[in-house]
Amino acid sequence: MTEDIRALTTRLAEEPGSLAFLELAEALRRRGQLDAAGKVARGGLSKYPGLAGAHDLMARILSDQGDLAGAFDAWADALRIDPMRTGALKGIAFLYFRAGDAAAAIEHLQRAAEADPDDESIAQALAKVRRESRSFSQRSVEPEPEPRPEPQPQPRPEAESRAEPIAPADPGSPFADMDGGRSLVLVDANGLRLAGSLPAPSGEETGDRVAAQLAGVSREAARATRLLGLGTWQSITLESSDGHFVLVRPTGETVLLAAREQSLPMARVVLLAERAARAARQWLEQVR
Amino acid sequence: MTGAQAALDRVTRVPGVRGALVASAGDGLVVAEQLMDGVDGRAAAALAGSLVGRLVRTADGAGRRPPAFVQLRAERGSILAAPCPNDLVLIAVVGPDANVGLARLEMLDAAGRLD
Repeated sequence: MTEDIRALTTRLAEEPGSLAFLELAEALRRRGQLDAAGKVARGGLSKYPGLAGAHDLMARILSDQGDLAGAFDAWADALRIDPMRTGALKGIAFLYFRAGDAAAAIEHLQRAAEADPDDESIAQALAKVRRESRSFSQRSVEPEPEPRPEPQPQPRPEAESRAEPIAPADPGSPFADMDGGRSLVLVDANGLRLAGSLPAPSGEETGDRVAAQLAGVSREAARATRLLGLGTWQSITLESSDGHFVLVRPTGETVLLAAREQSLPMARVVLLAERAARAARQWLEQVR
Repeated sequence: MTGAQAALDRVTRVPGVRGALVASAGDGLVVAEQLMDGVDGRAAAALAGSLVGRLVRTADGAGRRPPAFVQLRAERGSILAAPCPNDLVLIAVVGPDANVGLARLEMLDAAGRLD
């Protein structure tokens, strides 16, 4: 243990109600001790849930741990408290860029630049995103066989799916605060729908029919990846000309299907599915 | 060179692709393959073909058009699949550092040419 971490640990032990947790968690994060950093940050957040810096710190730790959906939520929490917090704006911009949504990344970086015009790293990030999005657009024009989708309004990070009509929420559903669970279906190993709904474009409810098709998909995917030496399966994405689907497994016995219109980038549907999977896990623990 | 071999050539040139094959979607029989050592082509064809068939039925059940591209992502890589005309499916096995975006473009283009 380095001197600074030892000193900060001692300080936090002596003054558990202080803000020393911010420095200690950040020092641990920088040393790569992410589990310990997460524990300290969560402890601090429980005492200071209204502190934007604590949510920002939690997001950085989750991002380093590879939990991008969790990092997105934590940065969104930071922005709800402090809408001009540059760290959170840069973090969300990074996630949007990684998800292939350069327009949303640029929007967040521009807000960050307005909040802190002296931060050169923001200008550099903006230039990089603009350069790479232009280069990507040029590369992808030729092989794209389908008409480009109509431009969609940019969703705000704290309300991912507001662009589409909101169904009445079922308060008993794990997805009650996610469009009421519309186009999210949680399925058990027997192909029975546990929660959510999946309306077809015609409006017909298809959740039970789709759930039945998904019986055994997890086992089949697991067999395929194991035999090919690829390890445990994590997600399945399907692109069709009228929809994007993402399958994840919240637990070993369940799968979750998220469906969205084709105009929503696949990477964003993946983030949505990961968020829904976390909600489903918590809900399953309560139900059991 | 056959159309299937030309398609496989293009896909396997993408960095990180360990192998690609064209199989019959219905029975999983391999039509053509270009695989690195250690990749079991028959297993990939049978399992990916079956999975894609199930996912096609899932999309149909949801009132949607059949998938044009499927990615099964795992800890150490992915299986990519693009259904083609004539009940064929183009399958690629890729490592964790593969350029999946480029592989997807090549596969969609190749799948459209396979008939």
